[in-house]
Amino acid sequence: MMLDRVDDARKRIQDAVAALARPVNIMEVCGTHTVAIFRSGIRSALPSSVKLLSGPGCPVCVTDPGYIDRVMDLAARDDCLVATYGDMIRVPGKNGSLETMNRSNVHVVLSSDDAVHLAREHPKKTVVFVAVGFETTTPATAVAVMTAEKMNLNNFCILSAHKLVVPAMQALLSDPNNKIDAFLCPGHVSVIIGSEAYRPVVEQFRRPCVVAGFEPIQVLEGIAEICRQLADELPQVTSLYNAVVTPRGNTRAWKLIETYFEPYDGPWRGLGCIPRGSLRLKPCYERFDALVRFGIEEIPGQEPEGCLCGRVLCGLIDPPQCGFFGSVCTPDTPVGPCMVSSEGACSAWYKYGRRGTIHGK
Amino acid sequence: MANKEPQKILLAHGGGGRLTANLIEKTILPKLANEVLNRLTDGAVLRVNGASLCFTTDSYVVQPLFFNGGDIGKLAVCGTINDLSAMGARPIALSLALIIEEGFPMEILDRVLDSVGRTSQEAGVPVVTGDTKVVESEAADGLFINTAGIGVLLPNVNLSFERIQPGDKIIINGTIGDHGMTILSRRKGIRFDSPLKSDCSALADLTSRILEAVPGVKFMRDPTRGGVAAILNEIAAGAGCDVVIEETALPIDPTVRAAAEMLGLDVLEIANEGKMLMIVASEDAKEVVRICRDHTLGAQAAVIGTVATPQEEGGGIVELLTKIGGRRIVQMPYGRELPRIC
Repeated sequence: MMLDRVDDARKRIQDAVAALARPVNIMEVCGTHTVAIFRSGIRSALPSSVKLLSGPGCPVCVTDPGYIDRVMDLAARDDCLVATYGDMIRVPGKNGSLETMNRSNVHVVLSSDDAVHLAREHPKKTVVFVAVGFETTTPATAVAVMTAEKMNLNNFCILSAHKLVVPAMQALLSDPNNKIDAFLCPGHVSVIIGSEAYRPVVEQFRRPCVVAGFEPIQVLEGIAEICRQLADELPQVTSLYNAVVTPRGNTRAWKLIETYFEPYDGPWRGLGCIPRGSLRLKPCYERFDALVRFGIEEIPGQEPEGCLCGRVLCGLIDPPQCGFFGSVCTPDTPVGPCMVSSEGACSAWYKYGRRGTIHGK
Repeated sequence: MANKEPQKILLAHGGGGRLTANLIEKTILPKLANEVLNRLTDGAVLRVNGASLCFTTDSYVVQPLFFNGGDIGKLAVCGTINDLSAMGARPIALSLALIIEEGFPMEILDRVLDSVGRTSQEAGVPVVTGDTKVVESEAADGLFINTAGIGVLLPNVNLSFERIQPGDKIIINGTIGDHGMTILSRRKGIRFDSPLKSDCSALADLTSRILEAVPGVKFMRDPTRGGVAAILNEIAAGAGCDVVIEETALPIDPTVRAAAEMLGLDVLEIANEGKMLMIVASEDAKEVVRICRDHTLGAQAAVIGTVATPQEEGGGIVELLTKIGGRRIVQMPYGRELPRIC
């Protein structure tokens, strides 16, 4: 049954590619897709004219270097505890990473709820939650702020680096150098934002946006659908993940985001400031905003010299085209975030590509 | 930016991946190098008055101390027995050293020691010497255990990388990832209810049956920290060959698979505590699988892959044939995914 579906999807890709008679570049927006694609060897199972580009959907990777420096500064304070998801602790800033500094001020948490608990357990310290991620994790941060508000917890705040997926896709396509023919859209983000959220991308830029789940067969079927739309020259919003993705998404989760956050033109690594692409707490919740509480200015940081993560994130180059890849920059000694994050493109290429040098063919 | 080695010990140094290997090879080995140690096998083989003795040691720092399918005491006995088993030895005796934090409940210590006693009795490997230390509160996390084990090499056994050749089959005695996923499911913060159960068990009886019946067994290693991925990489590098495994052939419990997917982990990198990877000549593979399946610890044994001719000089590449018909590399894990699983 599964193998029938695999054969069917591969045949549909072959047929569409034959009709297209040109190379096709499909960007998988999300880091979870990147890992699923590498882990299941999908690249090696595709015709050579179909190329997959890894996009800016790994939250650790797109976090601006200046943000890491701000987290490091807060972690160095005696009156602060930094609560962070594990993926962030190895990202290097200009003065090292959270992993290499005094760990007693840095707590790895598995949920925003844990960060709130941490604040309750340490009333003499201010807990700063390192709030990164797309629409999937923002509702959880909103709940944490809501909980802190209800509990009148004065020693909890967040440093928001939350981001929105669709503005990033629009920003990528607005670059005249982009090579993107279509987007494979992430299942989990789409559960929240709904498939209709991609409508502006299709209408404005005429690129197919196909939502797929993370099973290898679902990814393969997503690629088949994209190839068909390209061959037919009929770009559409299509969800192949209908079991969980609705056109309007999870309105309750959206409501949480909208209650606590507002979009603004915040900095992204590699993509610069994207119009209304980032989320910050609304002014009425500024007492939970670490920037306000500690009087910190949001200054975009500098990428490590020579690091090409920014270009990788935009799908402009493949990781091995970066001079650092596999030599100075490895998962043991990462220079840029795309090598740090388990969902980063460089890490996936290094881990699942042959000797880290060529892609999975 | 320079490619700097970390200047402090990181948790990943204990993870059984590349950083562990670096620590051993660059920091420890140069100061202690000798002919026996340099082999970096699971234990040492010592020739004493004509007999071949195997000697190994391991420390256990697992958190939580009790988990479904085992506890730190059972683990401390099984882990060391399995290291001896992987060398082709019959374990004969163990030492037991306890490092206990001040204030540790006597009742819990009692339960752990009951488990040590029961496991060593069942395996027929007595604890014959030991040590006890108590450290101040917060100088250790409850209880750490070290065991050392000594065994006698079984007759006519010759397990080494050198014997591995292209065409040899790779066999495992059952499902992978059970132990690591069980521990993770009990961790503070992640805790989720599941029927997950650690595979923690002593493999000496199974391995000696196999080795006595099948001289074509060329290599054995228990895939603990770093999982099957780490051991296959060691085998490929050590033997100078490539290794190809098939996703559809890997025995994986559905709950383990689902939990790993949920947490974004690769089952190949997750620890086992009752599994043995065996490299055997192709013609002996069926017999080894049969012996495993007749044993209570090998009901789901399977051939999971083949040793292949190296594609590049020196070999060392481990590839997975995926169920959708693709191929991908299985790398040596970095080693930070699951600290303190054993």
